[in-house]
Amino acid sequence: MTTAVQQNLPAATGGLDTTHSTATFAIKYMVSTFRTGFERFDVTLDTTADQPRLTGSVAPDSISVKDENFHAHLQSPDFFDTERHPAITFESTSWRLDGDQLVVDGDLTIKGEKRPVEARGEFTAAHEDPWGNTRVGITLEAIVDRSHFGLTWNNPLPKGGLALASDVRLHVDLQLVKAS
Amino acid sequence: MNVLGISGSLRGDSHNTKLLRAAAAMLPPGAELDVWEGLKAVPPYDADDDQRNEPRPEPLRSLAAAIERADVVLFATPEYNHSIPGQLKNALDWLSRPLASSPLRNKPVAVVGASSGLFGAVWAQAELRKVLGAIGARVIDRELPVGLADDAFTAEGRLADEDLELVLADVLAELVDEVRPAVLA
Repeated sequence: MTTAVQQNLPAATGGLDTTHSTATFAIKYMVSTFRTGFERFDVTLDTTADQPRLTGSVAPDSISVKDENFHAHLQSPDFFDTERHPAITFESTSWRLDGDQLVVDGDLTIKGEKRPVEARGEFTAAHEDPWGNTRVGITLEAIVDRSHFGLTWNNPLPKGGLALASDVRLHVDLQLVKAS
Repeated sequence: MNVLGISGSLRGDSHNTKLLRAAAAMLPPGAELDVWEGLKAVPPYDADDDQRNEPRPEPLRSLAAAIERADVVLFATPEYNHSIPGQLKNALDWLSRPLASSPLRNKPVAVVGASSGLFGAVWAQAELRKVLGAIGARVIDRELPVGLADDAFTAEGRLADEDLELVLADVLAELVDEVRPAVLA
């Protein structure tokens, strides 16, 4: 772990402020970008060991979309297959700074497929909030190919090409509060 | 284990219904296949007739109950104009509304098909897999194209081509495997 990060991390386990954190994604659909997120997810940052360890879990059935039939299709085996795979999980394997960027490598598991990913973003050093709690901020982004996770649904467009892209941009904005 | 067979053909001497019967004879011990025979009586889908506070027409109630009772569903479809028969698609359209509570949701399903032409309803099978996926079924990614179906069955109702019979056995094994752990547990 780099010294700069180490100095700004309280040695503790940080729990997620769910109200002020988001887990979202963006994917090209036909002519523009479809962007949404998940309502239920949890993240823990453990800084008590040599390496900070970031772990997270997302409930794919909590995906936020406006149409009930679309929501149902996303739960089905065509997409997340939430009956058999109720959680998307992430476990970090390394944590470092690259210049000003935070770089977190880890294993992402979607639909039972575990793949290594590199996520980049920012780390906001420990602050004391108005209620006396110590909190840190983490923003991370990673691009993954959904087909590597068995999410292969698509629809051909009438004049060629496919409706839904393969690359998905994952993005989390997290506020973690030191356990008291 | 209960396997529900749904033939997309209404004809009395249908090749696809024969294909379901051939499949029934090949199921492993403990598995039984019932062929659902109400397709012809399904009325055309009309959202005005599909008010959620009113019971659906009887053929659809019986179809939904049969699918709910079944552990897996095997479809056998002919091919009309490179696609699936309208009456089969119509029944699936009923079953898809509302999607979140469709009896086909997460139900393991497989698709086979027979046609009197050379290609064995292969395009109709692909379309049917797509439609079943859209409804939320757990679709086995296999096909069984039985072409030249007028000569495809023996007098005893088996597939005459041993290679095709092996493919059918594989499709059935994959379909049954989707639920075997849960059913045996």
